[in-house]
Amino acid sequence: MKEEFKVISRFIEEKSRVLDVGCGDGILMEYLSKNKVVDVRGLEISKEKVKKCLSKGLAVIEGDAENDLKQFPDLSFDYVILSQTLQAFMSPEKVIENLLRVGKKVIVTIPNFGHWKVRLDLLLKGEMPVTKNLPYQWYNTPNLHMCTIQDFYNFCNNKGINIYKTISLNGEKISNISNSNLKYKNLISELGIFLLEK
Amino acid sequence: MNNLNEMKNILIKKTLKLDCGKEISNFPLAYETYGKLNEKKDNAILIFHALTGDQYASGINPITKKEGWWNYAVGPGKSFDTDKFFVICANVIGGCMGSYGPGTIDPLTKKPIGTNFPVITINDMVNAQYNLLDYFKIEKLFAVAGGSMGGMQVLQFVSNFPSKARVALPIACTASHSAQNIAFNELGRQAIMSDSNWKEGMYDEKSINPDKGLAVARMAAHITYLSKQGLQEKFGRNLQERSDLKFGFDADFQIESYLRYQGSVFVDRFDANSYLYITRAMDYFDLTKQFNGNLSKAFKDTKTKFFIISFTSDWLYPTSENKDIVIALNAIGADVGFVEIKTDKGHDSFLLNVPDFLSTIKNYLNTTYSNINERRI
Repeated sequence: MKEEFKVISRFIEEKSRVLDVGCGDGILMEYLSKNKVVDVRGLEISKEKVKKCLSKGLAVIEGDAENDLKQFPDLSFDYVILSQTLQAFMSPEKVIENLLRVGKKVIVTIPNFGHWKVRLDLLLKGEMPVTKNLPYQWYNTPNLHMCTIQDFYNFCNNKGINIYKTISLNGEKISNISNSNLKYKNLISELGIFLLEK
Repeated sequence: MNNLNEMKNILIKKTLKLDCGKEISNFPLAYETYGKLNEKKDNAILIFHALTGDQYASGINPITKKEGWWNYAVGPGKSFDTDKFFVICANVIGGCMGSYGPGTIDPLTKKPIGTNFPVITINDMVNAQYNLLDYFKIEKLFAVAGGSMGGMQVLQFVSNFPSKARVALPIACTASHSAQNIAFNELGRQAIMSDSNWKEGMYDEKSINPDKGLAVARMAAHITYLSKQGLQEKFGRNLQERSDLKFGFDADFQIESYLRYQGSVFVDRFDANSYLYITRAMDYFDLTKQFNGNLSKAFKDTKTKFFIISFTSDWLYPTSENKDIVIALNAIGADVGFVEIKTDKGHDSFLLNVPDFLSTIKNYLNTTYSNINERRI
């Protein structure tokens, strides 16, 4: 399982209710239901992936976060997970608002556009960056709203969203991000994992 | 119809109070089973048939000598794997394959009951079939499943008996029959009732039947089961065994010939009055209204795992209506899965060889069944 998922699952307490938004093949859902005995639901836009999840008996519905989150009642989950999909939405702001409405706590992972390789690509080559986590060209990328760890920090502060914890992932290296090391972690992290609360 | 004596059926002695207010008792319910009920009696699946189906879901139907209506899905190694599960399917009341219906002979008059048969509902059908659990001494079904009207019965079953099925598979259905659905059913009923052989429903099945009306009803309904694209690809404007138009009203086009054929074979196996009663039951189905406009309340006590399936080209029971059920279930935190299967085969997709559909159900049921057993250990 991906390091990212290991970090996410450490955030989640046993016997809680979890919604995985953009759950993909359901790998994290399977892990959580087996190892954390959580009641876990998924939302996924790709028919192929939904079928894979259902084949594993997972409670996944086909839909997209921008239209289908509204059907879930307020605070109906202990945790809502959004792994590396925030940047693909038309309105990330509204999606985050809805996640915080549905979940008591929200876990958001973002691919960090502030990573030094990304910065260097643009600086030296003068081209839009293409990396392992962001493998697309500018003309076919589904990522409409890229941001950096710093950007997401600022966003949460402006919106009055509490950041409980932030984890930096760089390859398999896991570290904490705090106010004091934010500038540095924003440079070396491939992923930022945020635990949020309204 | 012959061979009626070979059919399996139970005689339901208990009084069943129908939604129309009438009571029935001592009535037959014809059924068929596939596979074996295990010792724990935890592997039973009750399958509900659609408007023109019957209890013969799999194998060869002994009456029509044709393949069972869900032969693609039910059988050894199939979606509903009869090597593993015990599948029960009953003919709905109001039907014409051995269960209590308008074709049943009234012992007093020695003639078919005809339109003296009470108007029944989906709720009545489900309550009648619930007796099968007692008969087989099954405490809890592993699953209830069905497409179209079968799906409506699934919804009603879980609502009526929230702790009697672990899994529910409502497929290509709705919680509330739409105006368009009612309109098409009314068209079919009018075709039957305007056939002079219908005789206010008191025709004698053995001699003269309203076959023409029933055939037209079937033709109209058949169009609604297919998609425009599917029809266009299969038939287009192809001519039927002729090189040019004949400037008459014979079947010039293949689609005309196909529909006429569908109508003609249907009357051999189906009763016109049953068609009236069952379509009426579908039209009356509004689970949302049964719970004062809040569909979520229909499922509030259930722990049943739902898996809802719709088809992209189904315009009779479109994805939006299936999704309304998903939304109602999510609103109460029920365990629900949902996928819309991509196909151009229209509403009929659930009866056809749609590999994605069939394999997803198979995997879902097998995994869920083994998960439940693991947890118990």
